[in-house]
Amino acid sequence: MRLEVDIQKALGAFSLHASFSCENGITGLLGPSGCGKSLTLKCIAGIERPDKGRIVLDGRTLFDSEKHICLPPQARNTGYLFQNYALFPNMNVRQNILCGLRKEKDRKKKEQFLEEMLRLMQLTDLQRLRPHQLSGGQQQRTALARILASRPALLMLDEPFSALDAHLRLKLQIELKDLLHTLDLPVLMVTHDRDEAYHMCRSIAVMDHGFLIPPRPTKELFSDPGSLCASRLTGCKNHSRARKISEYELEALDWGIRLRTAKPLRDDLCMVGIRAHYFHPSCRDNRFPVTFVREMEEPFEWVIQFRTDRQEKSSENLWWRLPKDRRPQQFPEELGIAPVNVLPLYPEETGGTEADPAFAEK
Amino acid sequence: MHMAEYVSTAGFSWFPLWNSLRIALISSILVFFLGIFSAHLVSRLPKVVKGIVDAVLTLPMVLPPTVCGYFLILIFGVRRPIGQWLAQYGIRFVMTWYGGIISSVTVALPLMYRTARGAFESFDSTLAQAGQTLGLSNTYIFWRIRMPACRQGILAGIVLAFARALGEYGATSMLIGYTPGRTATISTTVYQLWRTNDEAGAMFWVLVNLAISAVVLLAVNLLEDRQKKAVKQHAP
Repeated sequence: MRLEVDIQKALGAFSLHASFSCENGITGLLGPSGCGKSLTLKCIAGIERPDKGRIVLDGRTLFDSEKHICLPPQARNTGYLFQNYALFPNMNVRQNILCGLRKEKDRKKKEQFLEEMLRLMQLTDLQRLRPHQLSGGQQQRTALARILASRPALLMLDEPFSALDAHLRLKLQIELKDLLHTLDLPVLMVTHDRDEAYHMCRSIAVMDHGFLIPPRPTKELFSDPGSLCASRLTGCKNHSRARKISEYELEALDWGIRLRTAKPLRDDLCMVGIRAHYFHPSCRDNRFPVTFVREMEEPFEWVIQFRTDRQEKSSENLWWRLPKDRRPQQFPEELGIAPVNVLPLYPEETGGTEADPAFAEK
Repeated sequence: MHMAEYVSTAGFSWFPLWNSLRIALISSILVFFLGIFSAHLVSRLPKVVKGIVDAVLTLPMVLPPTVCGYFLILIFGVRRPIGQWLAQYGIRFVMTWYGGIISSVTVALPLMYRTARGAFESFDSTLAQAGQTLGLSNTYIFWRIRMPACRQGILAGIVLAFARALGEYGATSMLIGYTPGRTATISTTVYQLWRTNDEAGAMFWVLVNLAISAVVLLAVNLLEDRQKKAVKQHAP
């Protein structure tokens, strides 16, 4: 099954431009809050109406501004898991799930399917409870059961773990991932959490200021983010303006150092990123002298801030993270970085409009 | 004069009670649907129109009821266009008991409308959106999800509207006057009896009114308690 989206929508000063396609498996939409992730999902579900473009699911046109097609949400057959799960408070678990089964007219089949859903989601013992009597995880399972009961052709998850306690999150991420793998569906998952996206998604589309960069395989995105926005969202802490010197060498202007890269550079290189984990005192490549600024202790890691010797005064300190057992006795005079870990960054192909991010996700 | 004696006097009739109750009940039912309908409609209007419609619907709440009654006479008076047009079909709202329904609805509607609108506005719209993506019809969503979620507010609105309709005096007395046995309601009767120095009679109808109000409020409290208990019983 395949989802194709190419939509534009303006909301005041904010404008959304999302063009991508995805197939079965989990595709992440990763972006800061207010970048238009939820709005994209709502346009696909039919809750919001794009200004122009088209949305096609399994060859069915859900929206096409040129052909004046705009199916109501009821006819789109898309499942939407809301951030707060949106369970109906006046109905118990069983009645909530039955709401997803109203299209099924055969009473026997309906009953059968309901029992199956209750069992699959381990809700059989809870079926008479109201939503407010359930834990966060149970609410999530109920909402999913209700959606799956309606047999959607596409599943959309809007920050599915944000309403849960931190200690439950990882456990539920694993459970949900296992469940979603058994379904033969395209799944779109909105998140602002890089770890969550990395665990769950086969490919990730990065979103910033309403502009969506089409999905790339997760590992590839993390090892070569390609743009400043993708680099930031995948958790890279150190960025400097940069210019190309030769095919395999660049100059990091803010840090006053030259770095060799593993892959050939393009001429429009504008920034370079280095992840805080990848500095190494004994690495032979790309060595440069450094000065210690301060350090901070975390439960399992040290976070050290330092500057290069020829660093621009106005530019920010660099971050270095290392496991506690690898912490040297003395702060090294030089650090190195493997060429493969130097991340060259280029301008985004089509920039989204700069806008007030608070505006977007409402 | 004792209450029991008053009831057994020759001219006594329970008519004002019966008349008040039927006017209040019918008005409440009308106000219920009109209030919900207008609240629902207004919540979907664009901002500017919303302000205007909202003001018009709320106006009877801040106007003196006699002014509302005056406007109603302007509309339904037998020599006015609408009044004349209705008269062709034998409908007359002036000096008839069912004219009391018109005046009660006019005065009580803003109470229902405003409480219902408040409830609708605090309604979590993701519930409706979730219903839509699940394929539920908009009618189903309205009556089975939106209304139950707003139940508290709507119940409060209908109680306020009923109490207001029952106690309506100003607009009602303007439009339908006071004719014993035909248009007299409890509130117009109280005024009439007091004006004619029938203190025991006035007091009697005051107590009747108090009793009805007390019963209504108690019933509402009981209903709320029962709902709370029902929720608790399901708790693990």
